[in-house]
Amino acid sequence: MAPKKKELQVAALENGTALDHIPPSQLFKVVSLLQLDKMENTITIGNNLHSRKDSCKGMIKISDKFFEEEEINRIALIAPKAILNVIRDYEVVEKKTVTLPDELIGLVKCNNPKCITNNEPMATRFNVIDKEKGTIKCRYCERKINKEDVIIR
Amino acid sequence: MKSNSLVSIDQCSKEDILRILDNARKFEEDPNRKVLKGKVAATLFFEPSTRTRLSFETAVNRLHGRVIGFQDASTTSSSKGETLKDTILMVSNYADLIIMRHHLEGAARYASEITDIPIINAGDGANQHPTQTMLDLYSIRKTQGTLDNLNITLVGDLKYGRTVHSLIVGMSHFNPTFHFVAPNELKMPDEYKNFCDAHHIKYYEHSTFSQEVINDSDILYMTRVQRERFTDLEKYERVKNVYILRNSMLEDSRDNLHILHPLPRVNEIAYDVDDSPKAYYIQQARNGLFTRQAIICEALGITI
Repeated sequence: MAPKKKELQVAALENGTALDHIPPSQLFKVVSLLQLDKMENTITIGNNLHSRKDSCKGMIKISDKFFEEEEINRIALIAPKAILNVIRDYEVVEKKTVTLPDELIGLVKCNNPKCITNNEPMATRFNVIDKEKGTIKCRYCERKINKEDVIIR
Repeated sequence: MKSNSLVSIDQCSKEDILRILDNARKFEEDPNRKVLKGKVAATLFFEPSTRTRLSFETAVNRLHGRVIGFQDASTTSSSKGETLKDTILMVSNYADLIIMRHHLEGAARYASEITDIPIINAGDGANQHPTQTMLDLYSIRKTQGTLDNLNITLVGDLKYGRTVHSLIVGMSHFNPTFHFVAPNELKMPDEYKNFCDAHHIKYYEHSTFSQEVINDSDILYMTRVQRERFTDLEKYERVKNVYILRNSMLEDSRDNLHILHPLPRVNEIAYDVDDSPKAYYIQQARNGLFTRQAIICEALGITI
């Protein structure tokens, strides 16, 4: 067993990605969005951890996995303050915040039941119209959806 | 979009609008031209709308094109569960142009993404009906001689009425002043007021349909206050007769005032208004023929 350090709540990572500052309520949604449940890499998940920045946070460490920007930005809608740490040889070599892309494809369900996307086998497409507030607009029925009302597909 | 489709009025620039309206005027001078000879237009009405379909089909026929299509989806494969995509791709094998009406919102935009032939949206649920907006703009320009700097009063159901929402977008290029007259339950949504603010368009909201507002208007755009929009029928009973236009209310109105209505009307314009030279709603519908002829030619890249 690794020697216990007081400040280390989750095991250190040799190579891979650590996703930090995930809101605890969204942690398992992030897991499913990134399809971590289908991955064979070693994954450590911590939730309701103490944080100096937030009162409570979730964290995910994935060994030997490095995300493409496009892949990781999928979580921006539900975990906008998440921080991505790229780790090589126990060192953080890159630190970046996730950013909401201009368009979300196939990610969010339109909450208008009369929208074509809920009635045809097709991908949804939303334009992000306010990155700060997280407001998105369906490309098809033009309904605007606020972040709080977003349903992940 | 892959082609010259017309899906939504907000895709049209000021120049696009003026060009289409100029062409529509040519069709009003002579609606019978052979410019569509040898072309086939499909009118796919997944939801019935006799008025709109007849207007489009007359437009194609007067241009010597041929029409195929259906007026009710219950007789087609979509009732067997065929996807919209398959229907559109199948019809694309036969026609040069698709004119479609669908009860689902966004259907026309989706169709325009999957086929190479142009799509004209003839109404997609509560979303868009751009050819209605274009004929409204044509009617305003024709009665006023210009689209610029007009006082336009919108009356009735401003919450759910898609024609008034699209009219705001279409008029936004021409420095209008709007008066919104509606009961509190059917007020103009914030989204469109924000749109006006962002485009520096002046607007005033009223809950009473006063003489003062009428006398200040160049255009009175009436819409139907529908009973089914109210959860509280008592409220409906209270407001249903407040937004009725009668001939006597036009006594001191401007000489250039004209009254528009997307039709069908129920009781919001009294029948005594019909005899006023300011009543324009029947001619307005006729203008739909010419604007649709212009829009069809625009979609097919035919110059007039």
